[in-house]
Amino acid sequence: MKVGVVVFPGSNCDRDMYHVLTDVFNLDAQYYWHEKSLPKNIDAVILPGGFSYGDRLRAGVIAAHSPIIKDVQKMAKKGIPVLGVCNGFQILVESGLLPGVLLKNESLNFMCEWTNLIVENNKTPFTNQFKLNQKIPIPIANGEGRYYVDDKTLKELKKKNQIVFRYDEVVNGSSNRIAGVCNEDGNVVGMMPHPERAVESEINPIDNKPSSLIFESLLSKMGVSN
Amino acid sequence: MSLEPQELSELKSKIGREPTSTELQIVAAEWSEHCSYKSSKRHLKMLPMKGPLVITEKGYDSGVLDVGDGYVVTAHIESHNHPSAVEPYGGAATGVGGVIRDILSAGTRPIAIFDGLRFGDIEKDQQARWLFKNAVTGIADYGNCLGIPTIGGEVEFDECYENYALVDVAAVGFGKKDKLIKNHAKKGDIVVLMGGSTGRDGIGGSQFASDSLESEDRSAVQIPDPFIEKLIIEAILEARNENVIHAMKDLGGGGLSCAISETADALEIGIEMDVSKVHTRESDMHPDEIMVSESQERMLIVTSKTKFKKLQEICKKFRIRCSIIGKVKSDNQMHIKKGKKTFAHLPTDVVANATLLDLPSKKPSYLKTIEKEKKLKTISDYSKTMMKLLASPNIASKIWVYGQYDHEVGIRTVVKPGRDASVLRLDHGKFLSVKIDGNPKQCYINPREGAIGCFEEACRNVVCTGAKPIGMLDHLQFGSPKDPEIFWTFLESLKGLTDFAKDFKIPCVGGKVSLYNETPVGPIKPTPLIGVIGLIDKQPQIPQKIIDGDYLIIVGDTKDELGGSEYFEYIHKLIGGKCPTVNFSESKKNMKSVLEIIPKQLLKSVHDCSKGGLAVAVSELSLNNQIGCKVSLDKVPGKKLAVDRVLFSESHSRYLLIFDKKNLSKVEKILKKNKTSYNIIGKFGGDKIQFVNGKKSVIDLRVDKAQKTWLNSLRDLVLHG
Repeated sequence: MKVGVVVFPGSNCDRDMYHVLTDVFNLDAQYYWHEKSLPKNIDAVILPGGFSYGDRLRAGVIAAHSPIIKDVQKMAKKGIPVLGVCNGFQILVESGLLPGVLLKNESLNFMCEWTNLIVENNKTPFTNQFKLNQKIPIPIANGEGRYYVDDKTLKELKKKNQIVFRYDEVVNGSSNRIAGVCNEDGNVVGMMPHPERAVESEINPIDNKPSSLIFESLLSKMGVSN
Repeated sequence: MSLEPQELSELKSKIGREPTSTELQIVAAEWSEHCSYKSSKRHLKMLPMKGPLVITEKGYDSGVLDVGDGYVVTAHIESHNHPSAVEPYGGAATGVGGVIRDILSAGTRPIAIFDGLRFGDIEKDQQARWLFKNAVTGIADYGNCLGIPTIGGEVEFDECYENYALVDVAAVGFGKKDKLIKNHAKKGDIVVLMGGSTGRDGIGGSQFASDSLESEDRSAVQIPDPFIEKLIIEAILEARNENVIHAMKDLGGGGLSCAISETADALEIGIEMDVSKVHTRESDMHPDEIMVSESQERMLIVTSKTKFKKLQEICKKFRIRCSIIGKVKSDNQMHIKKGKKTFAHLPTDVVANATLLDLPSKKPSYLKTIEKEKKLKTISDYSKTMMKLLASPNIASKIWVYGQYDHEVGIRTVVKPGRDASVLRLDHGKFLSVKIDGNPKQCYINPREGAIGCFEEACRNVVCTGAKPIGMLDHLQFGSPKDPEIFWTFLESLKGLTDFAKDFKIPCVGGKVSLYNETPVGPIKPTPLIGVIGLIDKQPQIPQKIIDGDYLIIVGDTKDELGGSEYFEYIHKLIGGKCPTVNFSESKKNMKSVLEIIPKQLLKSVHDCSKGGLAVAVSELSLNNQIGCKVSLDKVPGKKLAVDRVLFSESHSRYLLIFDKKNLSKVEKILKKNKTSYNIIGKFGGDKIQFVNGKKSVIDLRVDKAQKTWLNSLRDLVLHG
C-alpha cells in the first residue's frame, strides 16, 4: 500500500514519520511537497508534525491554505484514511476537516513529556487494533496543544463517537482531556501526541507495543499483514 | 566600537594609504576580539587538535570526527553572552541559530543542541529570573521550530553573573563522510548570499561583544527567525545532495565582512562583491552597514555559474532568496563595490589576520589565601541541610527547563535529558553521548584544577552511558584580558585543559573564546565550559528501574575537597577551601573499569558524583526511581573524614554503580582486576533516603517529600519568585 507523507515548509517530523512507515512497518511511503498534488492511487495520507510556516498567525492556519490541502480534502471525502499528528492535527482543524481548535497550553509553555492516552474509539483506521480504554504511553511536544470545543460541539462529538483519544490525566487543559478526534465518517483522525516517536523500543522507555497498534490498525484496514 | 589608535596606524602602514570608512568598518569588525581571537590565539595552539578520528578541512566552522562506516559527526560550541544579557530571548535564540549554521556549513545535518546557561542569584535577583526565563523560552522557540532536539546542558546560578548572562550553545551534526563540503573555489566561480535579508539589526555586534557591557545596546542584538533557518537547513542539504556547493560559510559575527575575508583568506582567493546585489530589508542601507550587519539566517556559498541554476531552483522551492553578490578572483583581494564605485579594496590576509597580542599575566593576589579554610558553623540536623540543597536552584531538578525543549524530535534520543548525559542513536548502529560541563565556583578558587575538573566531569558523564570520549569542545569565558590577573586565570585554565587533553588523548575539535565578560559589579568568575563527545560502539547504558534490594557501589576515593562546593557556598556562604583536583592515573583507572563493566550489561544504572557530592548523587537516584536507600558513610573509600565532608565533598573521578545483587561478584571481579578503589556502600529499598555513620543516623528523609521539593522548586522560583 502507498502512504503519502505531506511536507510543508517548516514540517519537522516528516523524516521521522517516513522512517517509521518504511523501516519499521515496511510500507511504501512517499513525500509530497505541499505545492504538488496527490496521486489518485494513494491509500492513506499522513500530515506530520512540525512548525509549518513557523506557526505564524496561529499553528497550522497558513498550511491549511496550501494547494495540497484541496487534494487531502478530496481524499478525505472519498473515505481514504488521513492522519494528522501534532502540527498535522492543527492543519486538519484549520482546514475544516476536523472540528474544534487548538489553543496554547494552559501552562503557556511548550511541553515535551511522556503521557498516557486512553483509546475512546476503536473503529477508526488508526485504532481498529486497540481494545476500548486501552492505555498508550506516548510523548507530546507542543506549545499549542490544548484542544478546545464548546459544550454543544462536545456533546455532538460524544454522540457521534468522534473522540478518539483522551489523556489519562489532565495534561494541558484541553476540553474533556481530549488528545485526538476524528471526522463523522471516522476516516480522518487528528492527534496531538507523536506515535512515530513511540513505536521503537530503543527510544520508548515504557512500552512500544500500544503505539505500534496505530500503524498496525492502518495495515489491517488495508488488509496488509505485516 | 572602532580600531585602537595603534591598530589604525598598523592598518595604514600595511595598505600604504588612509583607509576608507567602509574599510574601517570591515577591519574593526574582523579585528575585534570576537572575530580575531587576537588576545588568545597564540595560546590556543597549545591544545592538541589532531587525532586518529579528526578530519580537518580548510575553512570549517565546526570540528569533524570520523565515527566509522563512512559516517562523520560534527560539533561546535558558541556563546551569545553580551546579546543575551540585554535581550535574553533574541540573544539566546540567535545563539542557537549561529551554531546550527556552523554545523550545516560542513554539509552535515544538525541532530542535537546543548545549552549551558548561567545567571545571577535567582533567589534574590528578579532581573536574573527574568533573564533565565526568557533565555530558556528563546532557546525553546528556536530549537523546537527547527526540529532539532535540545537534549542536554546545564543551568547554574552564581552572584558573579549579576545583571549578566552566559548563554552557551553547542550543537552536533551527523552525515556521510563523502557528502562533507570540501571547501574550494577557483577564479570565475560566483559568490552567492542565501537566506534572510540583510537589515540594520546586529550592526557592530562583534565589537559589542568584544567590550565590557556598559550600554544596553539593543540594536546590536540580532532578531531571530527560526522558520527561515529551517528552510535554509533543508535547502542547503538538498543543494549538498545535488553537489552544487563548492564552499560555504555561515554569516555570524562581523557579518559579510568576516565571511568574505575569511573565506577568501582560507581558500587563498580574491573576492569582488557588489553591495547593491545584497537583498536588504531596508532600501537605504549604506555599504558600511551592509558589510557589518549581523542579520541572522544567512549563508555565503561559492559555486559555479552552471551549478547556480540548480541552487536557484532549490531556493525557489523553499521560497528563500539567493543573490549573486560577487565573483571569485585570483588576486587575494577583498574588493567591495557599489555598482562601479569602490568602497573597500583590501588584501584578505590583512583583514583576516589581526596582529596577535601577547598580553601580560600575573597571578591574582586573592589566590594566595583562598584555599585556606575558615571555621564552619556547626550543623545539628543534616536532613534539613539536605532538603535545603535539594531545593536550591543549582541542585533542584531542571525539568522546568528541558520540559520546554523538544528533546524527542528526530527520533534518536535513547537516553533522555535529566540523566548524566543524553544518548543519541546514529544510523550505523553506534550511539553518541555528549555532555557539557562548567564549574565557575571551583575555577575561581583554582583556575587550573577547576578547568581540569570540568573536563573530567564531562568525560565522567559520557562514560556513565558507556561511551568512550573521542573529542572535546572548549569554551573559555573570562573577564577583560587586559587585566593581567584575569589573563593569568585564562592561561592557567588553558594549560590545565591542555595537560588533560594530551594525557587522555582527547583532541580538541572546536572551541570558542569569549572575553570581556564584565558585569556592573566586576568580571565574571573564570568560566571555561567543556563539551565532551563520546562514542558507544554497541549497547549504551540505559537507566533501568532500581528496585528493592539493588546494591550500590561507589568507585573512587572521597577526599577532603569542598572548595567551591554547593555545601560550602550555598549552605555556609563560604567561598574558599581546597578545590577538588583530578589525579590523572586514578581518573583513568576508574574510567577504564566503568567502561569495562558497562558492556557486560551487569548494571542497572551508573551515575556520576559531582555537584552536591555523594549525598546529592545518591538522592538523585532515589528520586528518579522513587525508591529509598540506606548508605553507610563509614564504608566510603578514602581517608577518614568528618561526616559532612563525606556527604558533600565534590571530589572527582567518582561513579555510583547500581546493580542486582546477583551480579556482585562479576562487578567486583573487574574492579579488583583493575585495582580500582571502591566499596559497597549501601542498598536500595524502602521509602526513605538514609545516610548512617556506623549505627548513627545522619540523614533521614522521606522520598516522596524530597521528590516534590526537588522537582518543583525551580519552577516555583521562576513563576512565583
